[in-house]
Amino acid sequence: MAELLKIKSEVEEFKKEYFYRNSQAEENRQREYQAANRIQSWFRACKVRAYLSHLHKKAIIIQRIWRGFTARARFRQMVKAAYFIMKMNFYEEMAIRIQRRWRGFFVRKYIHNYYARKSYLEGLSRKNELVRMELAELELLQKRERDCVEMVKEQTAKVYQAHRLHHLLSTKQCPGVFNSPFRPAPHEMELLLRQVKYQAPARLDSRGRACLMGMLGPTAPSFPRTLGSQWIKTTGTCCSSKPILPPISSKKQQGLFREPGEVWEQRMLCPDLTLRLQTSYTHLEEAQNQLRHKYIRLPTGKL
Amino acid sequence: MSQRQIIQVFEQYQKSRFQFVQTVADLALRPQNIEILQNAGVMSLLRPLMLDVVPSIQQTAALALGRLADHSDDLAEAVVKEDILPQLVQSLGSQNRFYKKAAAFVLRSVAKHSPELSQAVVVSGGVDALVLCLEEFDPGVKEAAAWALGYIARHNASLSQSVVDAGAVPLLVLCLLEPEMALKRIAASTLSDISKHTPELAQTVVDVGAIAHLAQMILNPDAKLKRQVFSALSQISKHSVSLAEMVIEADIFPAAVACLKDQDDYVRKNVTTLMREVVKHTPELSQVIVNCGGMAAVIDYLGECRGNLRLPGIMMLGYVAAHSENLAMAVILSKGVPQLALCLSEEHEHHIKAATAWTIGQIGHHTPEHAKAVATSDLLIKLLELYMDASSSEDLQAKCKKALKSILQKCTYLPGLEPLLYDVPSNILKYVVCQFSKVLPNDSKARRLFVTSGGLKKVQEIDAEPGSSLQEHINAINSCFPEEIVRYYSPGYSEVLLQRLENYQPA
Repeated sequence: MAELLKIKSEVEEFKKEYFYRNSQAEENRQREYQAANRIQSWFRACKVRAYLSHLHKKAIIIQRIWRGFTARARFRQMVKAAYFIMKMNFYEEMAIRIQRRWRGFFVRKYIHNYYARKSYLEGLSRKNELVRMELAELELLQKRERDCVEMVKEQTAKVYQAHRLHHLLSTKQCPGVFNSPFRPAPHEMELLLRQVKYQAPARLDSRGRACLMGMLGPTAPSFPRTLGSQWIKTTGTCCSSKPILPPISSKKQQGLFREPGEVWEQRMLCPDLTLRLQTSYTHLEEAQNQLRHKYIRLPTGKL
Repeated sequence: MSQRQIIQVFEQYQKSRFQFVQTVADLALRPQNIEILQNAGVMSLLRPLMLDVVPSIQQTAALALGRLADHSDDLAEAVVKEDILPQLVQSLGSQNRFYKKAAAFVLRSVAKHSPELSQAVVVSGGVDALVLCLEEFDPGVKEAAAWALGYIARHNASLSQSVVDAGAVPLLVLCLLEPEMALKRIAASTLSDISKHTPELAQTVVDVGAIAHLAQMILNPDAKLKRQVFSALSQISKHSVSLAEMVIEADIFPAAVACLKDQDDYVRKNVTTLMREVVKHTPELSQVIVNCGGMAAVIDYLGECRGNLRLPGIMMLGYVAAHSENLAMAVILSKGVPQLALCLSEEHEHHIKAATAWTIGQIGHHTPEHAKAVATSDLLIKLLELYMDASSSEDLQAKCKKALKSILQKCTYLPGLEPLLYDVPSNILKYVVCQFSKVLPNDSKARRLFVTSGGLKKVQEIDAEPGSSLQEHINAINSCFPEEIVRYYSPGYSEVLLQRLENYQPA
């Protein structure tokens, strides 16, 4: 029985134990749950973190490769552009060098040609000297001509006076007024009186001139009639009444401003007459003649 | 009463009318009689005599009327008011040549005074009648008609246009071909009067072929004709490039230069005017004249004449020099600058001096070389004197200032610039100092000379406003010299030195 008792007590014990243990477990349940929860959360967090870091690593690899790829591509582009710019700069520099040489050469040769300018200015000063000399000559010539005309006038007056004073000529018997015996030589008027022939005053005018011209022949200074020939020859006749135009074709044109044809036309242009002038001078007589013919014809028509 | 006695009365009346008209015509010759005649009512007495039955009385009456109108403006107006013009114009077509001459004379003396009176002649149909007279055979009538037309055309463009519209130009050109010298002269002067107003009128004159005929008369020995011919050519060429080219193409040039030695002053003046009018258009036209030696001749001409005759020559040089630096160099080489200096000192009239100053400016403003040529003949100082002279006219001062300014901006000839540092207004001084500041940094000899001649001292004495361009130029000059030298020449430096001496303690 003891055994039973013992078992019984043991059952009791067991019950007690069972209860105690259950209550104990109930007591700890909350705490244990929280602990488990914490362990699980930690573990899961570890797992997720590991996964995330794994993903990050992979993303970095992808980004690294992509960025490297694009950067290399961009760099290649940049190098290309830089090379291109360098090349262009070089070419431009060379072009500038060529253009500089060429432009310098061209301008010196054709536009601001120092030697051409120098020779032009020298030529100009020579030409100026020449023109000055020619003009001085021309002036001298004109002066001589004027003097000559003056002298002719004076001489004419003298001869005219000699004609008027012809009665004062000395004769063999009696010396004239101008031939004083107290002078070593006769007065020049006396000599002139001797040369001049007496004419009746009425006819004096026409023959006196002729006589004068004959007398003047040897004494007059030889004066070239072609005054300043180089100037005259440029425009042919100047005081003729008819429009004789200078021959153009034979000499060179002056400027290059207009077409030669136009210049020629301008030169040959004669004013077109007004209507009033276009009727001819003998218009009236012609008209009368025509009328007369008509009248003559009319009767014949009747017949 | 017998028939003879009756006739005698008429004869006597006619004789006394004739005598009256003759006497009035003679009296009208003297200007002092005009007023008395006018007060005596000569107009109203002459008017019926214009309609007299005897042609010689008509003609003498017209002559008297012409002389009266010639002398005074009032009488010319009286002729218009008395309605004599229509009557004259009507009889111009029908009467004999002596009457025509007298009538043209009346029209001329009326038209001479003012544009209004000329307009009255045009309104009364005078121009058409005068053009009809140009077709007459008698050279005297043509001359009188051409003269009257010239006086009408002289006033303004519209009157001139009415003369052209009446068809006068071809007939005038035909008159140029007549043998009579007087007619040629008048025709040339009328053409000149017509073409002076507008390019269109000049073009009509050219279209008729006047240039070729005028060009042929350049070497005519008659001085008065030459005057008119050159004046006509210059009036034609002044309007446009194409007209000037037409004139040049007529081959007048070496021959016209010879006329610069003519005895007659006005021929020479008109030749110079012609050159001026041609030259002013383009560099090419100037080149033609320069190449044929025209410039040397004009420069010589400047030395031979005085006063207003010089003006066209001076202006021609200015126009030529203005075109290009080559042409300006040609002016310098032809010894133009000394001649201009002479003109500047000899002439007294301000407008001539102004033109000379302008010309000098045109010559000197191209390159330093040109400016040096001007500076070596001491023209800068003369221009400055004229600019500073209070009695100079405003235009002269303006021209002098402009010339000085343009020459100074190019001048690098320092000995010529140095005198301009003294007694100069600041607006000119600015340019002088600017030139120094440009030259001195690059020229060591000039720097040395600048110090020894006292220029640096003068520059230190200038008191410029800080910040102005003058001050900048002065600073630029100062920076070319060592600091001690600049300080040495600064005003008041000796006091500073003395101050230092007093403060100095020997050790």
